[in-house]
Amino acid sequence: MKYNAVVRVENLKKLYGSTVAVSDISFEVNEGEIFGIVGPNGAGKTTTIECVEGLRRPTGGNIEVFGLKPLQDGYVLKQRIGIQLQESSLPPRIKTWEALDLFSSFYSRSIDWHDLVDRLGLDNFLDTPFAKLSGGQKRRLFIGLALINDPDLIFFDELTTGLDPQARHSMWDMLREINTDGKTIFLTTHFMEEAERLCNRVAIIDMGRIVALDSPENLIRNLNIESRIIFTLNGYHKTIGSDLKNLNAVTRVESIGDRVIVYGSGTTLISDVVNFLTSKGISYSNFRTEQPNLEDVFLTLTGKKMRD
Amino acid sequence: MRGFLKLTIIEFKLFLREPQAAFFTLIFPLMMLFIFGSIYGNKPTPFFGGFGSVDVSVPSYTAIIIATSGLISLAIVLTSYRESGVLVRFQATPLNPLTVLAVEVIVLFTVTATGMALLIIAAKIVYGLRFAGNPLNVIAAFVLSCFSFFSFGFILAGLMPTVRTAQIVSMALFFPMIFLSGATIPREVLPNGIQKYSEFLPLTHVVNLLRGFWVGDGWGVHLKEVVILISILVTGVIVSAKTFRWK
Repeated sequence: MKYNAVVRVENLKKLYGSTVAVSDISFEVNEGEIFGIVGPNGAGKTTTIECVEGLRRPTGGNIEVFGLKPLQDGYVLKQRIGIQLQESSLPPRIKTWEALDLFSSFYSRSIDWHDLVDRLGLDNFLDTPFAKLSGGQKRRLFIGLALINDPDLIFFDELTTGLDPQARHSMWDMLREINTDGKTIFLTTHFMEEAERLCNRVAIIDMGRIVALDSPENLIRNLNIESRIIFTLNGYHKTIGSDLKNLNAVTRVESIGDRVIVYGSGTTLISDVVNFLTSKGISYSNFRTEQPNLEDVFLTLTGKKMRD
Repeated sequence: MRGFLKLTIIEFKLFLREPQAAFFTLIFPLMMLFIFGSIYGNKPTPFFGGFGSVDVSVPSYTAIIIATSGLISLAIVLTSYRESGVLVRFQATPLNPLTVLAVEVIVLFTVTATGMALLIIAAKIVYGLRFAGNPLNVIAAFVLSCFSFFSFGFILAGLMPTVRTAQIVSMALFFPMIFLSGATIPREVLPNGIQKYSEFLPLTHVVNLLRGFWVGDGWGVHLKEVVILISILVTGVIVSAKTFRWK
């Protein structure tokens, strides 16, 4: 399948003084996808996305968005994109409806903001000054401002950072809905779970470099990270550790008291283990599996824990 | 253009919702007028060259409004817009960033002019304000003084790292200026030493220029003030073009 790249980044480099924020990053964002940059704080995510948005001047490299140069063609480009910034604000006393009305006047094409209000759940807060909105409401208003020109491509920089889990889930639903409407989404996040749940493709970056770029499924599968099976034995079986270890899919077994953890990989791991236990008539309970996730991929690739 | 008009309307509304700025620009000068007017009246006296206390106070209080708009309102609004990320939010739209600055100047110029108009109207009705100058000269002096002080405000907004420092520095400049420049207390009353020192305060030249034109002086007597105010204006434009940051 041939994709149409809406964002092309080649050898992007950004220095702040002598500090390297981004060194030699290249990637493309395809039309209609949700593309994510993930990585710990300070990895260069915001710098990268802000260079693509035309808000920062790269030290080197080439960026095209819809075939336009973000810095030179800023006016034309900004008509077609929506931007949610990681850190921004509005005047404290501006009311919700005034902000929507004001920002829609900045674009040559804009949708009726009244339609957005309902979708964003802001209908009861139209006369509320910005300073009096809750964190989640502010975030939703900023999503509204990013959608007000009916953009083809929308940037979300750390959209859910600082939100409670419930608000985060409702943000995810909103993003999926926006994507279903045919809009391309380019996001950054330091939540691996968020990237795994939302993104068609993710670029994992660390210390200003891309360390992996693929769909979350491929990243997890290709690294061949072990799955875990955990269960409790009802009774004592002396040889269970070595017996399980003889199975092809199993790489190692840990047993602590009556609790057994089986590590392995491959598609037959679970069925092999269950079949073995059944055929030997071994009774067990609390059986569960832990699949590797993007967090494991990150740990494997960078050798470090994600920091919040 | 539509964006420019909407932003101007919003900024007017926001100005009026900010009680502090609106108070010092529109209400406080009137309070001063009525307090000192009720104490000293407006009888002509040789002490003020044949004019009354109110007659020379109206142009002087106008200088206070100009200083409030430039040093306090403009500098603090722009610094807080930058610090909180309002400017960068505008930057993420097709709006020309200079539009934001132009709108601030238009709004503050308009409220400053309104503050002066309120003073004149109140003084005329209540104290029979006298005027012996050429209105066009006074308007020209007012416009020059405003732009000179607004560019002073832009210098502060460019140099101050945070809103907190901007507030402190603005106040540290504002209060000595309004008390020692002759804006609140007529310079005739100030001791000689302070009058000398006040030559270094930009606001002194605004007061002298406005008061001079008010009582009928010509440009020739006030070239010094005009040159100083134009120099501040030009310096402000150059410095803020170099130092102003959007985030």
